[in-house]
Amino acid sequence: MASAASSAAAPFWRAAGMTYITYSNICASLVRSCLKEPHKTDALSREKVHFSVSKWAGGKPEKPSTIFSLSFSLSRDDFCC
Amino acid sequence: MQRILSRAASAGGRLRRCTAAFSTDAPAVATEDSAFVEAWRKVAPNIDPPKTPLAFMKPRPPTPSSIPTKLTVNFVLPYKSELANKEVDMVIVPATTGQMGVLPGHVATIAELKPGLLSVHEGSDVTKYFVSSGFAFIHANSVADIVAVEAVPLDNIDSSQVQKGLADFTQKLSSASSDLEKAEAQIGVDVHSALNAALTG
Repeated sequence: MASAASSAAAPFWRAAGMTYITYSNICASLVRSCLKEPHKTDALSREKVHFSVSKWAGGKPEKPSTIFSLSFSLSRDDFCC
Repeated sequence: MQRILSRAASAGGRLRRCTAAFSTDAPAVATEDSAFVEAWRKVAPNIDPPKTPLAFMKPRPPTPSSIPTKLTVNFVLPYKSELANKEVDMVIVPATTGQMGVLPGHVATIAELKPGLLSVHEGSDVTKYFVSSGFAFIHANSVADIVAVEAVPLDNIDSSQVQKGLADFTQKLSSASSDLEKAEAQIGVDVHSALNAALTG
């Protein structure tokens, strides 16, 4: 592992603070954006992540405040990977 | 109930705990879980015992003593299985260390993949895919598991978009300020130049 051999050069994205998953997802979304139609629309529909966030109070979930539909884009620091 | 479940879990753990260096050296037997089945028959002798997850697992093919003639390839994507147990002559994977050719009898390797061309050679047929990134696991028994996030046949790639993307990201790379922006622009340049090379090469 890179931490064990401190002399091993980390890949440039690791050195910039990016995780492998972020790197892999960015690569995949770039490839998807270079496809021909109709494959492109199919691929973009695959990329969407749907989730809803709800706070819990008294052992029960409250109504979900927002229902998100996240599609991957660059320079989003506000999601966690 | 809990006792039966924990015994099933520990029987599964017993197989893994035999400290094998490679997964293919582990005992290659598909079993039903004998401890579970005995306990079940004591409690419910007239009902067939259900299968535990262990029984569903197919045994790993053992490492043959002589080099096999064909490589078995499993190529999977998150949303579908592209190739499942396909017998081929050779695959060329785009590892970070360069294009790596895998023949039957290849030494066990784990390779991280970079965006590039994956080609599957079977007789005189060559099937090419552009892989965005992933990993290739080659086992000692000539089974290759390739996992990728996106893999597209070359026909589905639009070259005008590739050129446009390459120009965009080259420009972003020169104008990028923070480390993160530089890294993203570099990734963009890498992916698009690999796409370009795959289309033209």
